[in-house]
Amino acid sequence: MKSDLAVFEGLEAGQRETYARDLTLPERAAIGVTTLGGLVFVLCTIAPEFARSLGWGGFLAVFGLTGAGAVAWITLTYRGTQPGIRHDGVFFEATKRRSAFTYVVTVLLCSLYCSLWWWRDYAPASLQHLDPLAGGIAIVDPLARVLTGGPADGWFFYGFLYTFAVAVMGVRMFWKYRHNRYHIARTISVIWWQAAFGFTVPGLLKMAGEKDFYFTYFWPLKPDYLLPWEVDHMITATSLGRAMVLWGAGMTFVAVPVLTYLYGKRWYCSWVCGCGALAETFGDPWRQMSDKSERAWRFERISIHSVLALITLITVGAWVHEALGRPWLSDGGSGLFWKWYGFFIVAGFAGVVGTGFYPVLGSRVWCRYGCPQAAILGILQRFLSRFRITTNGGQCISCGNCSTFCEMGIDVRAYAQRGENIVRASCVGCGVCAAVCPRGVLKLENGAYSDRFDGADEPLAEVLRAIGVRSRS
Amino acid sequence: MHVVILGNGITGVTAARTVRKLDSTVRITMVSGESDHHFSRPALMYVYMGHMRYRDTKPYEDHFWARNRIELRRAWVTRIDAGAKHLELDDGSKLPYDRLLLATGSVPNRFGWPGQDLKRVHGMYSLLELIELERNTAAIRHGVVVGGGLIGIELAEMLHSRGRHVTLLVREDEYWDNVLPTEEARMVGRAIRAAGIELRLKTELGEILDDGTGACGGVVTKAGDRIDCQFVGLTAGVRPNVTVAADSGIETKRGIAVNGFLETSAPDVWAAGDCAHVHPEGGEPFLEQVWYTGRAQGEVVARNLLGERVAYARGIWFNSAKFLDLEYQIYGEIPNRPVAGVGHLYWEHPDGARSVRICHRDGAFIGLQAMGIRYRHRVCEAWIRSAVPVDQVVQQLHLACFDPELFPRYESALRSGLREVSP
Repeated sequence: MKSDLAVFEGLEAGQRETYARDLTLPERAAIGVTTLGGLVFVLCTIAPEFARSLGWGGFLAVFGLTGAGAVAWITLTYRGTQPGIRHDGVFFEATKRRSAFTYVVTVLLCSLYCSLWWWRDYAPASLQHLDPLAGGIAIVDPLARVLTGGPADGWFFYGFLYTFAVAVMGVRMFWKYRHNRYHIARTISVIWWQAAFGFTVPGLLKMAGEKDFYFTYFWPLKPDYLLPWEVDHMITATSLGRAMVLWGAGMTFVAVPVLTYLYGKRWYCSWVCGCGALAETFGDPWRQMSDKSERAWRFERISIHSVLALITLITVGAWVHEALGRPWLSDGGSGLFWKWYGFFIVAGFAGVVGTGFYPVLGSRVWCRYGCPQAAILGILQRFLSRFRITTNGGQCISCGNCSTFCEMGIDVRAYAQRGENIVRASCVGCGVCAAVCPRGVLKLENGAYSDRFDGADEPLAEVLRAIGVRSRS
Repeated sequence: MHVVILGNGITGVTAARTVRKLDSTVRITMVSGESDHHFSRPALMYVYMGHMRYRDTKPYEDHFWARNRIELRRAWVTRIDAGAKHLELDDGSKLPYDRLLLATGSVPNRFGWPGQDLKRVHGMYSLLELIELERNTAAIRHGVVVGGGLIGIELAEMLHSRGRHVTLLVREDEYWDNVLPTEEARMVGRAIRAAGIELRLKTELGEILDDGTGACGGVVTKAGDRIDCQFVGLTAGVRPNVTVAADSGIETKRGIAVNGFLETSAPDVWAAGDCAHVHPEGGEPFLEQVWYTGRAQGEVVARNLLGERVAYARGIWFNSAKFLDLEYQIYGEIPNRPVAGVGHLYWEHPDGARSVRICHRDGAFIGLQAMGIRYRHRVCEAWIRSAVPVDQVVQQLHLACFDPELFPRYESALRSGLREVSP
């Protein structure tokens, strides 16, 4: 008897073949316009001088065409469909499963991060004039001059590209979840925080001669905000520095525990954070790629808590070193920190692997396996939060839609089919499990802390009181 | 002791897991001809639609079974020798047992329609049928689905999702109106049509036509209308799979006959789930053929397999489904025809795509049915169990709402809009 595995590999290959269809004329036009914008970008990358000569024209050609084409494609995809969960063909489409296409996208994304982080430091001097980002920087230069009062650099280019991706793919989320207010609201929220505080405000601060501070990132995701040399620099070199340091410390030590107690990790990870913004918009088509195995969960717990332990050690060590009067390193450790933590964790893990591998490992690679902020929020959520995903009694049919579309690789079904609530450190509260459930089994909610594991929730306690049944103590 | 379980569906698996939980020493073997591992049968539709892969429909990772010392045997059982206490398998071997559970599930109904054995004509129940369906619908333009129940609408949705034109033939006046009251049945009908699926009510299949190659080329309804199509899905309900039991001399009625303890006529042989026709002492016999009851019977029969004697008690009824995009939940009793003493309060949103029906017996709450709104199982169950006054349910309904955060709430509109109806 043939094993299931062999039968279904054959079946899946056949499904993919028969699912292919011809594109309509408007769809071809949308792809054409996007490609045209992409070609202008390639041209600018090859010839940065040419890009500089275009001025605003280059900016409009690249982002106007790709943006308009992408929005047109998204609109054409969803316009003719009824509101509701439309996951038809997700596992047949080459763009959403492991395929030549997604491997190419992975290589391109990784190249972007490598160029951004490592080109200037590691490419030989004789090749420095070939900076692969020079064209991109030239394209956004006119915008940088308006927004920051100076020329664009690699980080400005990256920041714009990032915000652009969040906004355009945010439009896709609005279409996809037009029947679901929770998803609409959190998508508006992440676009807002990214565009305003993840991109515009730091630019304006820079123009005003202040530090380009990100109000939406704090220690340990943005470790320098609590590292002695950076605190020292902020307080002494800029007039708003003291306020910024206080803001960062207040977020780390007060806002994070309080808000996480009240609402769970989600208040940050899927409503505010810029990494979350990219994952929940640009990364959404690949959320199903996350690994749900127990093996992956074991690896995740070790890797994410190791990063947290590492940055905690570094931070405490740096302050001790500072208290001793910098006996060994005159820069307080800044050089070594950026050389090693910057290289491996910030650039390598968060950037190249964490975002570059979206198309093959799912949309939350960094958030799941590496982010020390997520680790802290997760520990709080697991042990000190009112948040849970409630399982609706016995209604689960074990279908697996929830687990399949969990970007964090949580086997949601394992809890739901036993009638247990889901209280997991890694859950970012995106709410997709509840949206895709065909039986109305899952609900994200903040209830009494004491009964978060129990199937019971506050409304039930109230109902039981109302009908004279004594609630469990 | 060696417990052998025939069938790896929800009932068999629940029984196996429960036996293991209660007893760490007993040897457990689960036999299935259909698949290597347990999968979620209601999830098969999502494999065809591309929402999931087959491997994603498996509720437990493959290493789960060895870890819990549940042996898996891939084979069809040809005969049960209840005297010698062994199963005869299709590979010629014998599998001895001390205690045996039959959890053989259901098979699709067929009503002897002319042409029902043509190629590209079948049901949508088993894994084999899913594979057949994939082959048989790869190149079709138009499929006809026969049957106004849960599998019928699923199969229609499946074909529709792959761009096939679909005609759904329903014998009744409205879709699934042998279960749903008219208002809800009509609501589902509207959803079917809005999705672009052709719904033909009060239409019965007459015969299936041969396209000249031994495959289906069309159907003719009993009224004489001809519909050209290249595929026919037969989804006119399911019946208990009793073949092996009946061939082996175990008593069967509508299903495998069992008493309230789920014991069959043969010693040390039990039956549970879809296949069991339960005859409780002093009660009406019943068949229960949904996922949840399969699970509940599996839990009870596991105790009996281990030597306890626990009667299966039917809990407060609940069920759910999703008709295309329309979610449906029911808690308790909602009769679809007038019943003496039972009152119906009904509210429907002006958009015609969500509704709530509350039933009471002489003022005491007995059931709630919702379309397009989610309600809490445990709250509804607590109300039903305590037979609270129906007015109280209406006033406190917001406590039972299970819709996601930020969703519009309908309870105040509902309170002023509820009207008494007769189903």
